[in-house]
Amino acid sequence: MFYREAGEFKTSYRADQQTFPIGLDKLGFYTSLLIAFVVIPLTMSEYWAQAVFLPFLIFGIAAIGLNILTGYCGQVSLGSGGFMAVGAYACYKLMTAFPDMNILICVLLSGGVTAFVGLIFGLPSLRIKGFYLAVATLAAQFFLVWLFNKVGWFYNYSASGQITAPERTLFGYVITGAKAETLPIYFVCLGLLVFLAVIARNLTRGAMGRKWMAIRDMDIAAEIIGVNPLMAKLTAFAISSFYVGISGALLFALYLGAVEVGEAFSIQKSFLILFMIIIGGLGSIFGSLVGAAFMIAMPVILKNLLVTSLGWPGDIAAHLEFMIVGLMIIVFLILEPHGLAMLWRIIKEKLRIWPFSH
Amino acid sequence: MKLRNALIAAFTGVCVATPVLADLVFPALTYRTGAYAVSGIPQADGYSDYFTMLNERDGGIGGEPIKVVECETQYNTEKGVECYEKTKGLGALVYQPMSTGITYQLIPKASADGIPIHSMGYGRTSAANGKVFPYVFNYPANYWNGASAVVNHILELNGGNIKGKKIALVYHNSGYGKEPIRTLEELSAKHGFDLTLLPVDHPGQEQKSQWLQIRRERPDYVTMWGWGVMNQVAIQEAANIRYPMENFIGIWWSGSENDVIPAGDAADGYKALALHAPGMDFPLFDDMKKHVYDKGMAAGAGDQIGTILYNRGMFQAILAAEAVKVAQKMSGKADITAAEMRVGMENLKVDQAMFSNLGLPNFAPNLSVSCDNHGGAGLVAVQQWDAKAKTWSLVSDFKPTDMDVINKLITEDSSAYAKENNITPKCL
Repeated sequence: MFYREAGEFKTSYRADQQTFPIGLDKLGFYTSLLIAFVVIPLTMSEYWAQAVFLPFLIFGIAAIGLNILTGYCGQVSLGSGGFMAVGAYACYKLMTAFPDMNILICVLLSGGVTAFVGLIFGLPSLRIKGFYLAVATLAAQFFLVWLFNKVGWFYNYSASGQITAPERTLFGYVITGAKAETLPIYFVCLGLLVFLAVIARNLTRGAMGRKWMAIRDMDIAAEIIGVNPLMAKLTAFAISSFYVGISGALLFALYLGAVEVGEAFSIQKSFLILFMIIIGGLGSIFGSLVGAAFMIAMPVILKNLLVTSLGWPGDIAAHLEFMIVGLMIIVFLILEPHGLAMLWRIIKEKLRIWPFSH
Repeated sequence: MKLRNALIAAFTGVCVATPVLADLVFPALTYRTGAYAVSGIPQADGYSDYFTMLNERDGGIGGEPIKVVECETQYNTEKGVECYEKTKGLGALVYQPMSTGITYQLIPKASADGIPIHSMGYGRTSAANGKVFPYVFNYPANYWNGASAVVNHILELNGGNIKGKKIALVYHNSGYGKEPIRTLEELSAKHGFDLTLLPVDHPGQEQKSQWLQIRRERPDYVTMWGWGVMNQVAIQEAANIRYPMENFIGIWWSGSENDVIPAGDAADGYKALALHAPGMDFPLFDDMKKHVYDKGMAAGAGDQIGTILYNRGMFQAILAAEAVKVAQKMSGKADITAAEMRVGMENLKVDQAMFSNLGLPNFAPNLSVSCDNHGGAGLVAVQQWDAKAKTWSLVSDFKPTDMDVINKLITEDSSAYAKENNITPKCL
């Protein structure tokens, strides 16, 4: 495996241990940032922003969160939909209880609330593992959805049980509520995604990430070499839930505007996020993003291709979409069980052998 | 990140917007797939067949051809939003989201974009207050009219006294199903009946525990706010516990052929509310046959013609077409805009003479819309299923509902919305 490009010499530890030690990678990173921050906002249409980019940015955060828990710490969770709901409802309660609070603070605080809830639901992970833990988190999913449906306090006793985001502004731009504009929302989501992704990347490279990975690879061995499983597992649950909660708050406040828990945060969402990280690549931040892009964009592209370009009836296209996405998932899992991130790594290596051998 | 950008570059080629055409564009957010397809297909077929007929027979409305743009939502709000974004640039005149969840989602968006929404008999009930919701219409009747109509029907059966009776509400655990609860609670205080709430989670295929509870508690009446596959499961379960079908009353969304036929003879006597007459016994269907069915232009598989929900879809299209006529008259041009359409909808008057002209005598009650009242008159009838003849028939007239209770709730809920969203109630 190629870890270092030939010809890159580092003279200090600091330079050697940076996030992107290879110059080409660093260039790629900054180019993608440039494209995301400048080129896309200038060129994207309202439809593509609403249908692809915003959901991608929001689910990208959730995928990173779940990847921290499942990919890095090895704890399978099917409760992401429920944790997203916690984020959304916390954000709603904060927004309505403190109308003057900045929306960004609301979103971050709802992440904090979700982290706390995630911590509580993470406690069983100390005793149970694998499939059994998956079932316990599944219980969290159903319990949380039931709770938000049942207790009127969470939706301020509105007649329909829906929560609706009131209007909030950030730097003078309306980003939630009826008059929200797409572009400011895009920048808020993008900014948060980049910020959280950088933090996640650094967390996973540091001591904490190494502890998580030790637990993932073999928890008994990790315990013997001095990793505290209680701390490692609970921090993974808390940080993962923080990410997922922020994603839920953004999905509700910035993207959907009105949410009904049974539909927006159902078990389907948990599976969607799980598929993102499985397809993208477990234990990879880049993989989380690629997986999110794949799962969000693929159905929209297929729909546009089949219905708009080829003029097929919508229902046939919708059925075909299920089959094609399902087939692609299976094909990917058979051909590249480690996800798109691994595929990308292999492509890079092959390219490096030929034609870019220097 | 790199891959994403490569993909994006590839898509920008695909996403060239379709040019705006000079047609009357009606986006249809349909769901022909998923757990709600059984209810979605007939409605979508009726909606688009009526417009096809107008195009074939009259060349559109006022000489302006109609274009129906279908977009599949699977009854999913996120897909609904995607469909809205996709179609709003085509010059959409009015949105019929055909889903309460999507309606809630679109109310702020469409109001900001200035495109009217017609959520006919569903959606946000308090949108009946046109001063707070200028772009949203829910005529001819809303869920609270429905709740009141159920209670009125039960009152009628019991000679006006239902004190101490037990009524259970089996509802889809969503914004849609929860809408009637507040009204039913008010009415329960007013008339002294006990209300039991039995939520059924999406998609509604699993209702054993709810019906077990009904078997145990034996409520005198059961009413249902169901949709899609939930309806047929509920009727089947009611049959399984031998619940007397004539005491089981569904909302107008829980009373179509597709809901009762799976239960066979056991569904005989099941009741549902009605916004319009059932069946194909109208002269209009001759035109439909001549211009649409015989030419093979029917939408979908063409096997839903004349069912309750097909007629509902047609009714939606008729009301939209009539509003276009009003708008064309008021603006003096055939090619109207969404803003003119909104004015047309707000000044819509429908009477029996108009229904006779359309070839639908006595199809539905009179209706008049105004800025104060986007909800119409709220006249609701009751229909009953005859399993032997496999037909629905109206068992009551279109009767008024308890507007004292409903108007108070509408004012309360809409002013709460206005306050939350800083809207000053006024007529546009």
